[in-house]
Amino acid sequence: MTPHPAAARPSWIRSALSVFRKDWQSELRTRYAVSALLMFVLTTIAIVLFALGTEGAPAHALAGMLWVVIFFSGMSGLARTFVTEEERGTAMTLQLTASPSAVYTGKLLFNLVLVYAVNAVAVLLFFFFIQGFEVRTASIFLVTLFLGSTGLAVMSTLIAAIIAKANTKGTLFPVLSFPLLLPLLLAVINATRLSAEGAFFTEALGEFQVLISYIGAVLTVSYLVFDYVWKD
Amino acid sequence: MSGKIRALPWKGLLGVWTTLVIVLSLALPMVARPEHWYEFPIVPGLEDKARIIFFHVPTAWLSVLAFVSSMVYGIRYLRRKDLHDDVRSASAAGLGLLFCLLATVTGAIWAKFSWGAFWNWDPRQTSIFVLLLIYGAYFALRSAVEVEEKRATLAAVYSVIAGVVMPFFMFVIPRVLESLHPEPLLNLEGSAGSIPVPKLQMNTTMLAVFLASLAGFTGVYYWMWTLRVRAGTVELRRATEGEDRD
Repeated sequence: MTPHPAAARPSWIRSALSVFRKDWQSELRTRYAVSALLMFVLTTIAIVLFALGTEGAPAHALAGMLWVVIFFSGMSGLARTFVTEEERGTAMTLQLTASPSAVYTGKLLFNLVLVYAVNAVAVLLFFFFIQGFEVRTASIFLVTLFLGSTGLAVMSTLIAAIIAKANTKGTLFPVLSFPLLLPLLLAVINATRLSAEGAFFTEALGEFQVLISYIGAVLTVSYLVFDYVWKD
Repeated sequence: MSGKIRALPWKGLLGVWTTLVIVLSLALPMVARPEHWYEFPIVPGLEDKARIIFFHVPTAWLSVLAFVSSMVYGIRYLRRKDLHDDVRSASAAGLGLLFCLLATVTGAIWAKFSWGAFWNWDPRQTSIFVLLLIYGAYFALRSAVEVEEKRATLAAVYSVIAGVVMPFFMFVIPRVLESLHPEPLLNLEGSAGSIPVPKLQMNTTMLAVFLASLAGFTGVYYWMWTLRVRAGTVELRRATEGEDRD
């Protein structure tokens, strides 16, 4: 973290930002992750629609469905950031040019932006297509969406770094992520249900406390263990 | 860990010990008002089904103990980079998976007779299900990495993350689901929910047999663990010798 005079390295925050910018530009060129995620969102919403038919479902079931859509779309695209580095063989170069925590921060920023953008679209599409899903307490819903997306990005960035080093990258990602994301999913589904039922903001505070401490704990452990994962 | 202790006496003693525990826990009568030292009190609502505590609780305890010790050896591997620590960690995790399965199956059978269904997503069932998933993911990850050092590092990191996430279930699950599970032994406050839950009030004999069972099972676990570690060490040595020959 402290700049060493002999090695003319850019500062930590600047190298983190340039990792982010690099990923951002390559994403703009290929649009791989965004299109994969959005297609997945559309596909899962369509499946939910066909499964429901014309019958509709109670609000709490639909609150769960929304997070099924978000979880699986995240699983389809969030591993890209690290997997592409291994596939293109650029991981070594990145190891030489940036400190591990800067790499992690850059990748995390990229995944955060990706998740916020895709989840915003997913929620809009969900409202548009699924009849009967309405939010009575918008404040709970927005905070839940923000915290849930953040937690999803934080945890899946770390798991992505792990599976990028494994042989079966695609299938392993949801297998490793699901048990670790389960407390987050249970809390956000509960909070979304509360927002659909029109609960008061204070009733969801317990869920928010769980979510905030979850994000804090996972972020801390990520910075502690990322060195081991990243260095060959 | 030191294999130099003469092995036989404590293993023979352990055999006698666990045999005694099994016989006593199944044979001692359960009566409404225990008057003699050899009688267990009846647990209202459970009766003879309460005897599962002597076998089910130790397996559940071991699946958690194995998880924690796997994580501790994983952290030690990350600090010292000694592959023997990885063998210890993986052996503990393997046994943890075994005991976790045993706890799940015995619990499900008990639930069939007490609650009427093998599975009803009781919070305890949900949390042991999550533990099973984590063990499954841990071994899926191990089988997907070929280089030993890398496999050891990634598995250790995964178990550390899982160890950090696990406590959250204790806060989240009770908010979502309500429990019918009998209150844990040392929790004397009773159930807080609206549904009456069987409370285990043990007398001294029952508590003694229960603790003896816990100790005996832990001994069996330790024995199995040392066996696995020895086998793993031999495999490790063979692998490194093979590399030297090539």
